[in-house]
Amino acid sequence: MLVIDKAQKTFLQGMPNQRVALDSLSLTLAQGEFATMIGSNGAGKSTLFNAITGAFLLDSGRITVNGVDITWRPPHKRAFQIGYLFQDPMKGTAPHMTIVENLSLAYSRGRRSPLRPGVTKKDAAFFRTQLARFGMGLEDRLDAKVGLLSGGQRQALSLLMSTVAGPGLLLLDEHTAALDPVAAEKIMVLTKEIVQEQNLAAIMITHNIRQALAVGSRTIMLEDGRIALDISGEARKDMTPAALMQHYTPGTASKV
Amino acid sequence: MTLLMGSLHLGLIYGLMALGIYITFRILNTPDLTTDGSFTLGMAVSATLTVAGYPAYGILLGILAGALAGVITGLLQTKLKIHPILSGILTMSGLYTINLFILGDRSNVSLLGASHLFSWAAALLPNAAGRDITRLALTLLLACGCFAALVWFFHTHLGLCIRAVGDNDDMVRASSINVDAIRILAIALSNACVAFSGAVAAQYQGFADISSGVGMMVVGLASVIIGEMFFGRRSVTIGLLSAVCGSLLYRLIIALALKSDFFPAYALKLVSALIVTIALSLPAVRGWLQLARVKKEANQHAGN
Repeated sequence: MLVIDKAQKTFLQGMPNQRVALDSLSLTLAQGEFATMIGSNGAGKSTLFNAITGAFLLDSGRITVNGVDITWRPPHKRAFQIGYLFQDPMKGTAPHMTIVENLSLAYSRGRRSPLRPGVTKKDAAFFRTQLARFGMGLEDRLDAKVGLLSGGQRQALSLLMSTVAGPGLLLLDEHTAALDPVAAEKIMVLTKEIVQEQNLAAIMITHNIRQALAVGSRTIMLEDGRIALDISGEARKDMTPAALMQHYTPGTASKV
Repeated sequence: MTLLMGSLHLGLIYGLMALGIYITFRILNTPDLTTDGSFTLGMAVSATLTVAGYPAYGILLGILAGALAGVITGLLQTKLKIHPILSGILTMSGLYTINLFILGDRSNVSLLGASHLFSWAAALLPNAAGRDITRLALTLLLACGCFAALVWFFHTHLGLCIRAVGDNDDMVRASSINVDAIRILAIALSNACVAFSGAVAAQYQGFADISSGVGMMVVGLASVIIGEMFFGRRSVTIGLLSAVCGSLLYRLIIALALKSDFFPAYALKLVSALIVTIALSLPAVRGWLQLARVKKEANQHAGN
């Protein structure tokens, strides 16, 4: 599903404070594979996500999603296949527009003919059933402005928006870190359900070591723009949070 | 009566411009200074073609020219990454030359003797009262038509995209929509409305003047803001309606002030600027007052 081949990115090249963000990083993720990603601040986790979504172009290397080479594509064209959930619940939604308007835009994926109605009854009915399973009462508030929702509700909406069009690849950047424990748990359960149902390839960045081992089927640790650890199956089952902590090297930890 | 009639006419004609300003200022959330240039552009195209005997084409091509000016500002903003305010100023500055060129290197073109939309309308009913009615019906038709078209448009998928770009463009990009293209389209639409207003104004007042556009942006903002005072900021339909109503109120206020010799005609732009400044600073002033009150109460409690 996702193939990253020798991705290389150096910020501020040739300047005194030049920094290698991705160092010949290669990674392959199969359809339906749910990986968690850990690493110190500055290890390159978010940089890797930004490289995949197209916030910047690589210095060298290739990125392929679903067999399509997206290395040179602009962000909005990559978004057909990629759902992205930010840590900040505010980032994924338009606050002054209604729930149904937000969902309609996300659902259309730029493929709706431009002069057709932006919101249709048929879509609204579909969104209502999708929202109902969240158990947050959002299905009865389709015409409410998104800015009025709580952080947890907005993140639930963002989760639906990023997956409603069937992206194939889902990127989760600490998407429960800003939520209260109850909301975080709820969003996490929903995330697992959706990833499984749609058989999505997913990467979740987290700083919660226990979560990194419990969620999904694979754990990847980044360090200085490289993959320092990549475990799944038996090796992952045998790994304990304490042992995983040992892999955070003092060198990178001091940079925090 | 003539005062009311005149305000109604001007309010509706400049209401078209207020609709354009509303699109950039409130929906796209990026003030656009192209306005001063594109208003005169619409006026110049309309006047020149009216003198040549094609008043209807004058309006249509005026609208198109305005949209084109908007596209240029949009390209400067998005593709060349020039600051939005500066992009507008650059286009506006350049348009001054273009407008002079269209007017045939004259700063003023009179439509005296040429037939145009308003003379056609006036000819429908012979007596003076009838003339007023048909002319007003014409402006009403144009304003309502433009308003209805925009309300429809902002409920289409494309309209939804424009509103979302003004609200959170990250979210729009994540929805596979080309943010730059949407932004350019919105600025073009806005300036099409502004030029439409200029094109109609030229035929209504019977001349085009190179300096007609000066301060138009502020007049438009004043209209939008006055409208919001009465309607609040709610849906896009109410927003568009409030822009037109704001324009009507603005013209009425100005007409009344001028009639009562409250201030001379040349003070118009200063008064407009003051209205906009006061309206935009209200939230900040309210904040200070609230802070002062809280502090005072806290001090009183501390004193007890």
